[in-house]
Amino acid sequence: MTTGPILEARDLVKRFGDLTAVKGVSFAVEKGESFGLLGPNGAGKTSTLRMISAVSEPTSGSLTILGLDPRRDGPEIRGRLGVVPQEDTLELELTVRQNLEMFGRYFDLPRNVLRERASELLEFTQLSERANDKVDDLSGGMKRRLTIARALVNQPEILILDEPTTGLDPQARHLVWERLYRLKREGVTQIITTHYMDEAEQLCDRLVVMDHGTIVAEGPPSELIARHSTREVVELRFDTDSHEELHERLSPFAQRVEVLPDRILLYVNEGDDTLRELHAVGVVPTSALVRRSSLEDVFLRLTGRTLVD
Amino acid sequence: MSNTLDVTAGWSRWRRSWWYHATYYAQTWRGSVVSTVFFPIFFLAAFGVGVGHLVTAHHGLVQGQTYLHFIAPSLLATTAMQQAEGESLWPVLAAVKWLRTYHAAAATPLEPEDIFYGKLAWVVTRSFLTGVFYTIVIGCFGAIESWWSLTLPIIGALVSLAFAAPLVAFAARSQSDGSFVTIYRFAFVPMFLFSATFYPVSAYPGYLRPLVQLVPLYHGVALARAAAFGQGSLGAITIHFCFLVAMALVGIAWGRRTMRRRLVD
Repeated sequence: MTTGPILEARDLVKRFGDLTAVKGVSFAVEKGESFGLLGPNGAGKTSTLRMISAVSEPTSGSLTILGLDPRRDGPEIRGRLGVVPQEDTLELELTVRQNLEMFGRYFDLPRNVLRERASELLEFTQLSERANDKVDDLSGGMKRRLTIARALVNQPEILILDEPTTGLDPQARHLVWERLYRLKREGVTQIITTHYMDEAEQLCDRLVVMDHGTIVAEGPPSELIARHSTREVVELRFDTDSHEELHERLSPFAQRVEVLPDRILLYVNEGDDTLRELHAVGVVPTSALVRRSSLEDVFLRLTGRTLVD
Repeated sequence: MSNTLDVTAGWSRWRRSWWYHATYYAQTWRGSVVSTVFFPIFFLAAFGVGVGHLVTAHHGLVQGQTYLHFIAPSLLATTAMQQAEGESLWPVLAAVKWLRTYHAAAATPLEPEDIFYGKLAWVVTRSFLTGVFYTIVIGCFGAIESWWSLTLPIIGALVSLAFAAPLVAFAARSQSDGSFVTIYRFAFVPMFLFSATFYPVSAYPGYLRPLVQLVPLYHGVALARAAAFGQGSLGAITIHFCFLVAMALVGIAWGRRTMRRRLVD
């Protein structure tokens, strides 16, 4: 066994006609790691993911997955990956169990193995009671969990998830996160795209921040925050049509000031101290909130834009 | 990622797609089997016996056959075409656009070509099995006169492949089903009616007959008729056969490209 990265991408480019979706990204993923691609819609995350799923061919650049070359060994690589696509892509007319067992046949798994594995996976994703129901009748969260179960049917070495909780309600989201966390504990390497910073912080050991097809930062979430933001953020709202004009007045109180359409962010180390100082000089916001810096702030810092707009 | 030999090299993969389609059918067949069983019986009773009664009374035999015997083989060819239509348009668009289940399959060891071949193999299998059943039904109506009739299921399979390949290819590049209805109205229905299905091609005026030669279903009907009666010139049979094979090959070459483009990029 080699101990190199389980996946390595160098200068990956993906072009669709005139559009360059991915403009030369490089990263490596270690075995057992949860690796994230964070960025807004259109950042090139899904295109990158489709390349590292050995489905779409890179326009240029080099890619090694499980020590193999996807241009040559696509079927073998895909046999050892599990993919949770952005949309569930389930057979709505079939039952929950049929979805798992039939999909498993794509990997040439024997029927008795599949029957057993389907039961385990339904247990794991808490769908056992719905095993014989049509997929059409499931809730969004259940469909998502079934898609995850389906991606695990071949016991993949790398699990690739594209926006795993987009469109789910908070409770369903937490259930998915909790299952993914358990998989991580079992040693399954995960590669996750998301445009939710809280999801990235929850799930990823390390991530790259993508914007306009390039990587703008890389590191563990806490390190990225430490490197690109302050410890705390003070969010202020004022009763005004233009927060912009307050920029100059507030800047002496913070290391950095970001003006958003609906609020002002002050990047500081001790938020409560800053609030007190502001109060002392007579700055009275209609609302004030002190919070810890997040990946959202990192993204804002690096790109000048918010993640979800 | 693929080469011209992938039909054989990829066999271990595309049979999985074939199996998937077959299993899907086996789990959702209930509606279609009723029509598969009753349609030929109704068809032969209504046209063969009913209309046939009039034809025989006023016209006598058609090409040496009773009217029932004359139209029975065309039933097999038209059904093969209809099954290809039913399997190849909406279900494929659903799989590449609405549900994206083919995209899910493309993330497994299967290549887009494997998914395509497996789909065609399933359509061919289904038409072959239907052909076996229809041959028995046609036999029960006494419309089988030659050992060549044993090739009828194969002819049904060939007709369905000739139609399914280009139709799947077309559906795989479609963005909506708007054009499908147009295809039904202006291609399938006229073909069903005018492919010398219900009367010999000699019923057309001389200047129209060469045009009928360009209608794909006509070749299927003619081939089925030749097999059922064990007659027809070798030259004509070769032309019918080659027309259908050529149509299938063009469809396969086209479908490989459209399926790959749709699923991989």
